[in-house]
Amino acid sequence: MAASELILDLILCLVLLSLAVAVVEVKRLYDSIILFIAFGLILSITWARLGAPDLALAEAAIGAGITGVLLMAAYANLAPKKHLQNSHRSWLAVGFSLAAMVWLVLSLIPLADSPESLVAVAEQAMADSGVTHPVTAVLLNFRAWDTLLELVVLLLALLGMQQLRLPSLKIAYPWPLLNAWGRYLAPLTIVIGGYLLWRGSSGPGGAFQSGALLAAGLIVLRLNHVIPGLSWQHAWLRCSVLCGAGFFLIIACLTAWLGQGWLDYPASYSASLIFIIEFLATISIAVTLAWLVTGQQEAAS
Amino acid sequence: MTLSLQLFLASGGILWLTGLYGLWRNSDPIRRIISLNIMGSGVFLVMVTLARRETSTDPVLHALVVTGLVVAVSATAFALRLAVASQQEKR
Repeated sequence: MAASELILDLILCLVLLSLAVAVVEVKRLYDSIILFIAFGLILSITWARLGAPDLALAEAAIGAGITGVLLMAAYANLAPKKHLQNSHRSWLAVGFSLAAMVWLVLSLIPLADSPESLVAVAEQAMADSGVTHPVTAVLLNFRAWDTLLELVVLLLALLGMQQLRLPSLKIAYPWPLLNAWGRYLAPLTIVIGGYLLWRGSSGPGGAFQSGALLAAGLIVLRLNHVIPGLSWQHAWLRCSVLCGAGFFLIIACLTAWLGQGWLDYPASYSASLIFIIEFLATISIAVTLAWLVTGQQEAAS
Repeated sequence: MTLSLQLFLASGGILWLTGLYGLWRNSDPIRRIISLNIMGSGVFLVMVTLARRETSTDPVLHALVVTGLVVAVSATAFALRLAVASQQEKR
């Protein structure tokens, strides 16, 4: 049993590494992008193999899906002649990387045996976190500060993009198959996204996975011209982008002012508070990610 | 099990270096952004492998990687927009 598992792991690692080398080595930029998407999917299988279903879901939706679309959109926006060929292979870089590889691998391998201390601490605190899934408890209760700042980072990326005033994604006439499929796929993402959000409190899932899935649904609808472009002029869009970080911040201030401290929820409310925060964060993440992909729509004159 | 973990740890380190090598070698901005993402994936692989050392997995590291994934995609989106803007400026 152990030998066959080891062979599976070995194959996964080899595929992962060869895809990564191909991504940086291949001549054409387009091939590099396609290989990177494949790399993301293999990475998602690796997360599942390492017992991290939350990450496998997030990687498949965010790492492979949305990053792939972003890269494709950037590729389409650049003039073809501007793509520099990477003809210079620097032997200095190869030599340095190989030497560093030996050192890095030798110093990483002993870490596999050193003991872990945080597992016991997290398990002990689970009882008063309000949820039963440990990853959700860490994300929205024990380390809620990180998650709040992460929503702010997402907001900052969107605001930065707004300042650049680039033309929005040029969308061709939708391909008939996409047109037909999009109408079935988009409602399906709402159902699956809603399920993932609800399930997050007791099992793998949660705001990020569900938000990324909903963003994918929005992008498919936008590519089909079913929904108009996202524009900063619509008040409800501004609200949905801000509601996640905004509500989180209000809760943080209220707990600091009336409760025991910054983001220290009262134990009796923590389950419902976490759910409301996750729900609003999902809306913010979905709209922000879709906006980052499709870009700002100029006001129709 | 330990052998598998060592394998994944080593792969994480090599992935990080592959990304660094790509950053060094390529001059196209999109390829450099892809290389940075590969470096990030290497770090995530090391973290997720470290979370699996004991019988029950470490939720703290998993939560950090989920956060990291979302931060990475936001940074990538912004960096790609900047790359497109700089190329349009040049033309």
